[in-house]
Amino acid sequence: MSMVPTLLSVEALSKSYGGVHAVRSVSFELRAGEILALIGPNGAGKSTCFDMLNGQNIPDSGRITLLGEDTVGRKPRAIWRLGVGRTFQITATFPTMTVRENVQVALVSYGRQLFNLWGSTAAYAREEAGRLLDLVGMGAYAGRPCGELAYGDLKRLELAIALANQPRLLLMDEPTAGMAPRERIELMRLTARIAREQSIGVLFTEHDMDVVFEHADRILVLNRGSLIAQGSPEEVRGNPQVRAIYLGEGLVYDARHREGAGA
Amino acid sequence: MAFYFVQFLTGLASAASLFLVASGLSIIFGVTRIVNFAHGAFYMLGAYMAFTLTERFSGALGFWGGIVAAALVVAAIGVLVEMVLLRRIYHAPELFQLLATFGLTLMVQDIVVLIWGPDDLLGRRAPSFRGAVDFFGQNIPSYDLFLIALSPVVLGVLWLLFQRTRWGVLVRAATQDRDMVAALGVNQKWLFTSVFALGVFLAALGGALQIPRDAVHHALDLRIIVEVFVVVVIGGLGSIIGAFVAAVLVSELNAFGILIFPKISIILVFLVMAVVLIVRPWGLFGKPEAAARRTPGLTVNPWRPLTSGERLMSLGALVLAAMLPLFAGNYALTVGSEIAIYVIFAASLHFLMSVGGLASFGHAAYFGLGAYGVAFLAKAAGLPMIVSLLLGPLLGLLGAAVFGFFAVQLSGVYFAMLTLAFAQIVWSIAFQWVTVTGGDNGILGVWPDKWASSPASFYWLSLAVAALAVAVLRVIVFSPFGFALRATRDSPLRSEAIGINGKRVQWTAFVISGTVAGIGGALFAYLKGSVFPDSLGISLSVDALVMVLLGGVETVSGAIIGAIVFKAANIWLVSQTDLSKLVLGGFIVLMVVAFPKGIVGTLETIRNRWRSPEKKSALAMSRIETAE
Repeated sequence: MSMVPTLLSVEALSKSYGGVHAVRSVSFELRAGEILALIGPNGAGKSTCFDMLNGQNIPDSGRITLLGEDTVGRKPRAIWRLGVGRTFQITATFPTMTVRENVQVALVSYGRQLFNLWGSTAAYAREEAGRLLDLVGMGAYAGRPCGELAYGDLKRLELAIALANQPRLLLMDEPTAGMAPRERIELMRLTARIAREQSIGVLFTEHDMDVVFEHADRILVLNRGSLIAQGSPEEVRGNPQVRAIYLGEGLVYDARHREGAGA
Repeated sequence: MAFYFVQFLTGLASAASLFLVASGLSIIFGVTRIVNFAHGAFYMLGAYMAFTLTERFSGALGFWGGIVAAALVVAAIGVLVEMVLLRRIYHAPELFQLLATFGLTLMVQDIVVLIWGPDDLLGRRAPSFRGAVDFFGQNIPSYDLFLIALSPVVLGVLWLLFQRTRWGVLVRAATQDRDMVAALGVNQKWLFTSVFALGVFLAALGGALQIPRDAVHHALDLRIIVEVFVVVVIGGLGSIIGAFVAAVLVSELNAFGILIFPKISIILVFLVMAVVLIVRPWGLFGKPEAAARRTPGLTVNPWRPLTSGERLMSLGALVLAAMLPLFAGNYALTVGSEIAIYVIFAASLHFLMSVGGLASFGHAAYFGLGAYGVAFLAKAAGLPMIVSLLLGPLLGLLGAAVFGFFAVQLSGVYFAMLTLAFAQIVWSIAFQWVTVTGGDNGILGVWPDKWASSPASFYWLSLAVAALAVAVLRVIVFSPFGFALRATRDSPLRSEAIGINGKRVQWTAFVISGTVAGIGGALFAYLKGSVFPDSLGISLSVDALVMVLLGGVETVSGAIIGAIVFKAANIWLVSQTDLSKLVLGGFIVLMVVAFPKGIVGTLETIRNRWRSPEKKSALAMSRIETAE
């Protein structure tokens, strides 16, 4: 385990809004190839945490070390340049472009060609864009207008865009929100497969406990801004404090119960 | 000392009208999310109406009754406008709302001239406020003191109205979340109408109260709307307190700016606005705009470069156009040159609007700067034409670089208001700085060199430059930069998350667009042989917007067709009627309501439907009225 490099290290991260401690001294680490879930009830501070990690929010105190660099106060685009891919709870894509063009724009940015006024975007990194789309199973849709896609396909397109800068770390905010159960499982299996193959670390927030317990290597549990538990799915499931918070929710999950449905 | 104090009081008195108009604009925007460009027109109507009513009825009651009645009558007109026009466009992209209300402004300009004539009208003095108060040897008109007392009273009344009445609570609720208010069973239609009526009432009252201080004339509307835009940008759109504080600030800056820079006092206001925008982009009391509605976005037609067949056809059209001198006379060739120049200008704005999603309402500034650049070089430095043509547009580039830097910090309606205000500032500099620009008399005698002096050769020159400009802009649209620009328009969130510095991309686009506009202006100076402040004016900016809209905002090169049709129709219209603004304004309103895709957009839709009948339902009619 010690051979695997640490991608993300968070130390004593805190943020409060007018006396309300949204996030209180949260610390954790994420290693390459690891899939880490951040869970907690509504208002636990997941989104605040996430926004601080990707540069949309500035913490009051604490340190964030992403791929060896202190990222507190950096803009999202600077964090992206470090090798962090990002998907959003509500998909953010470019609706007036085709599916392929969506990925090509990300590749243009990755290749630092944003201020190239004279080239042809249609020809730019066409194969690479096709490869990324094939990877997420969207190759057949490459020429379609992005605005016509179904929601599940948009989520997969977002994943392809997020992979365009060959990220070392993926930050996924509720990756399966708004999807049908079957699509959820497919998307997360795809993500997990890509992450393992390319040794990408994944941090995701999620409400669906089926998704969390099936795919996460480790789980962080936030409640009222504080980290109350972290560990393997088994450890977290057995934690009485977590059980108290989640009574009646997904923690009654039973792996055998799921087996038939997931195939 | 007394002098400065009196100057301070004069500023406060001017703030009264400004506050009334700005608060009306803010209230309307808060609830309906429409920036009512016609607010200046309602202000002007209020002044004219009050002039007529106070002339007709004598005595104190006649005067004060006339003022209030004028505001009420104009408010009733506002209700009519809201019901007939605005209700149809509440869900349209904000660009269309701005254009429709601007169309109204144009119509009102001609209508007031029709009714009240073109001359300045001097109104009655207010009874019992005719004299002046002596203050250590300085005179203060007592009416000014009345106005100074009035604005805090209005502020208080508005505060009570919004805090203490059921209607006010509903308005505040709708300002925060109008869909929620509708879901609670409130009749939105009448809420919107009543809010609009109140806003118009305040604007008209502001106009009516000015008649004892100022002459009434038909250019009042644009003067006040620019000041009001500056006020709401500084104070924060949607905030009444912000309108009050900023109105006082702007009026005082004007009052004292005149003492410091007598000729270009507006510079001081501009500097303050720039500082506010850097420190607080949403104004002193404003809140960040909720996710802005996408500006273009009526259909989802992916763009693609021309096929080789289409390229051949464009080339053929160009060759045909180049053959015009073989059979047309000199007048037709001059018109042809003018149209070619307008194609350049419209294409430059179209690039910014359709690719960048940035609707500049002051694009004439860069056109005019290009023209002045040429005039300075040709007249003052005596440079040959070819050198002036190449260097003149650099002034447009410079202007676009400075103003664009600030403008791209904002988006949507703020962007539109700010670009308009910048253009107006450039215009007033050209108008007031007589020693350099010749002021209203312009700069004369900018004639082309011999090789381009015949109408045919100048036409060929304009046509070649236009073709080159359009081709270059098209290449940029499909270049990596063009896609980066579209990305920032489509989704600021996503583009930031893939490493795009949106502001820098937009700024670059603004500079490109301003430079191309400047090239158009440079040719224009040689075509006319002179440069006047008009070539920086609002009406030229609006012409450009109409050309873009007419061609189709969401097409790649619709502005070319838009410019040709618009300019040809405009030249014909001016020769046929004196009421060209009325016709043009009515045309804009009609187009926004009935024909929002423009000529090229409509043709493309028809062609797509014809080409792929099986995809009809998905492609042809997929409207995104309110994105997200």
